[in-house]
Amino acid sequence: MPTWRTGLTRPGLRFWAVLAIFLLAAVAAGSVEAQASDTLISSGITDQDLTSPPVTEESVGAPKLGPRDYPNIGVSSRSVVWVVAQLHLFFAAFVLAVPLFVVVIEWIGQTTHDRRYDDMAHEFMKISLTAYSITALLGGTLSFVLFLLYPGFMAFLMRVFGSQVLVYAGLFFAESTLLYIYYYSWRRLSSGNGKWLHLTLGLLLNAVGTSLLFIANSWATFTMAPSGVTEAGVVTGGIWEIMRGPLWNPLNLHRFIANIAFGGAMVGAYAAFKFLSSTTKADKAHYDWMGYTANFIAVLALLPLPFAGYWLMAEIYAYSQQMGITAMGGILAWLFIVQAVLIGTILLAANYYLWSGMSRSEGSKRYDWIIKYIAGVLVLGFLVWVTPHTLILSSDEIATLGGSHHHILGPLGIMPAKNIAVNLMLICTFLSFQLYRRSDKVATVSWEKSGNALMTAIYLVAIINVIFAGVYYGYFTNTVYKVGASVIQVVSTLFVIISGVILDSFMYRNAKILPSRWGQVSERSQYALFALPVAFTWLMALMGYVRSSVRGHWHVYGVLKDASPDNFIPTIGYAGNMMTIVTVLFLLMVLFIFWLASLGETRKPYVEQS
Amino acid sequence: MRVLGKVAGFSLLLTLVFTGVANLLPQVQGEPPEETTIDVSSLTMADFTRLGEKLFTGKGTCALCHNNMGRAPDLLALNVVDTSASRISAEGYEGDAVDAASYIRESMTEPSAYVVPGFGKKGTDDQISPMPPVNQAPIQLSQMEMDAIIAFLESKDGHDVTVALPTARLEPAPEPANDSAAEPAVSGETATAADLLMNYGCTACHSILDSEVDIGPDLRTVGARLTTEQIRQSIIDPMSVIADGYEPMMPDYFVDELTIKELEAIVKFLESQNG
Repeated sequence: MPTWRTGLTRPGLRFWAVLAIFLLAAVAAGSVEAQASDTLISSGITDQDLTSPPVTEESVGAPKLGPRDYPNIGVSSRSVVWVVAQLHLFFAAFVLAVPLFVVVIEWIGQTTHDRRYDDMAHEFMKISLTAYSITALLGGTLSFVLFLLYPGFMAFLMRVFGSQVLVYAGLFFAESTLLYIYYYSWRRLSSGNGKWLHLTLGLLLNAVGTSLLFIANSWATFTMAPSGVTEAGVVTGGIWEIMRGPLWNPLNLHRFIANIAFGGAMVGAYAAFKFLSSTTKADKAHYDWMGYTANFIAVLALLPLPFAGYWLMAEIYAYSQQMGITAMGGILAWLFIVQAVLIGTILLAANYYLWSGMSRSEGSKRYDWIIKYIAGVLVLGFLVWVTPHTLILSSDEIATLGGSHHHILGPLGIMPAKNIAVNLMLICTFLSFQLYRRSDKVATVSWEKSGNALMTAIYLVAIINVIFAGVYYGYFTNTVYKVGASVIQVVSTLFVIISGVILDSFMYRNAKILPSRWGQVSERSQYALFALPVAFTWLMALMGYVRSSVRGHWHVYGVLKDASPDNFIPTIGYAGNMMTIVTVLFLLMVLFIFWLASLGETRKPYVEQS
Repeated sequence: MRVLGKVAGFSLLLTLVFTGVANLLPQVQGEPPEETTIDVSSLTMADFTRLGEKLFTGKGTCALCHNNMGRAPDLLALNVVDTSASRISAEGYEGDAVDAASYIRESMTEPSAYVVPGFGKKGTDDQISPMPPVNQAPIQLSQMEMDAIIAFLESKDGHDVTVALPTARLEPAPEPANDSAAEPAVSGETATAADLLMNYGCTACHSILDSEVDIGPDLRTVGARLTTEQIRQSIIDPMSVIADGYEPMMPDYFVDELTIKELEAIVKFLESQNG
């Protein structure tokens, strides 16, 4: 009889502990909110305002904060909030994402009657469950430090969002309840109608979790592009109008997809850790397969992510060109060089893992010849992406170059070149992915040759489209067409991905499966599975820094000014150091979770050397 | 444990690589806009245009889009005054501007009054400008700051500056639009002259505004006693005529300190003081 123990505490105790943390934080927040409202009146409203009836709370706009409205705790308040908020977001992203693909994996296990999927899904949840407690703890801490260090700002937000916060609290309660029931009823509801009930619980859990994500997103997007309030901060709209600002849905989609990629990468790291620690062939086979599945999830979610990011940035431009340019062409522009390094790392690591994984099957030898070309395109694309547009030069160097832009590197530094590079890198990554998926299969359909010819043609046309649109519209027409060209490129890349998935699903139906040697993959490849979450974590921190910084010296853009001593955009070096601190803290906590998870062994099935 | 060490070391190394890249890049800190205060008593037009240039690239964030990147008309390359004339007479122009200064001001406060073809908001057929009104949040330039930018744009191509030098301390940033429509209690001109009288210390010796002193003649009735020319002369050359019963002690340096606009503002205000 297998054992299903997890962690050190009993489920009931853990649930009530998490709930207690959250409720305590909520009570503390409510108390500070009351104090903050007093502060608002004393600091932001003039005597005249107070003596001019009728002054109701609803008619009061955003407070005009001064430096004295921010408590001085001896260290940078922003840095404190930065660390806590970022850690909370990392964990929240992880715990909201894992159940999304766990339900899918569980459903695959149910429909294919393959217990391996069910066991793997359960093991993923086990990691997520420990992280959930830490998420709640960090969430409570974040509320506390925000109300403590930014009382005026938080009082304003509380006034704007009002009772919506209670809805959030209610959903958190529902999420906690469903999560614990879903996890701890896994065995009891493992067969027959019970399994379908369990899957339904999983769906409900994800519906609530996604709602929580969307509500929290509305707070973030309100500070960037406020809606439902006047420029003076007077609330004029209902909660729905306040929530559905112009950036809400783009951010919802972007975070939803990014969370899945991040969650996949995190459980991939867990699998790699267990693979490297395993001593038996069976264990290695199990965790190799788990790592493969996790990487599959991460890469599949990663591929459409740039397009969601593109939509978000397009909406930011549409809302405020000034804000968009601050992010992409202004003070924050250099940061996208770091982003290029990070995404380049992710793509190179993901591809390297796929190529290494292909060695599991003899069938992969068919595709060995193409790997070097894919690697070449990835490296070239990466180099173009990291090429800066403007170089920091001395006067002598400018004289030697004949200007601030190098005659070759200059054109490679602008967006059209980078769009070509990114799209080709994504197409190549999908090609690696497709070859990887095909490596242990031989198609048996009669139209295999025609199908392959069609797929090749789609690749060629898409690549030509991406290059032509980038070069012609990017360099030989004006700015309006440059932006339009990127849409053609995005559509071309998406077309390759979607048509590739559809074509293969038909072409490899009833395919002959070649033997795969699970567990015999190189140890080096497992480090690629660590590179993914490290780069993802750093990248999330970096993008969070951009998202927050585009507001400049505003708590709520154009409505509530930030008068704190930290109301400047920090340098990229300082931000980088902060991101590293947070990432290292997060990784340490994750390693702790992996250790905790390893204390309770989950039943691992025998993996056939198929 | 060995695996844990190797994994932690690899992850840390990778993190440090990213940190290194971030620290290798140019380090720029985005400061919030400065709350500028200007000593108008010594402000020259050259200072004013320099302020305009600073605002153009700084607080106004104009240079973010109005540069050679093609996001908006490149105001540094364009002859703005000549271009304004052609825009005002262009077909489709529906604004109220009559000259370059008013056109530039209108462009700043009502950017959609005229959208240069090709630079409109996407999908609006050049009917709506993507530019935010600079007198509102989040930029919030004051009238004087907008004047300084106009002065800079006029002067950069060698044209005469047509906006007046400011005559008071830099006024605070305007309140949001819903408040800006309210009529001020005192007209701008009067408020400016009153500020000048306070700033130059006139109220220390003369009865004027809220001041009740008898060191110099009472200025509350000066409009009834002196002509405009006499008022002007008594400021420029106070020793030329000494009022009966008063000592010749008024400083004669105001002629060097006051700008012409300031002098005229004070004279105009005083001639209206008829008791």
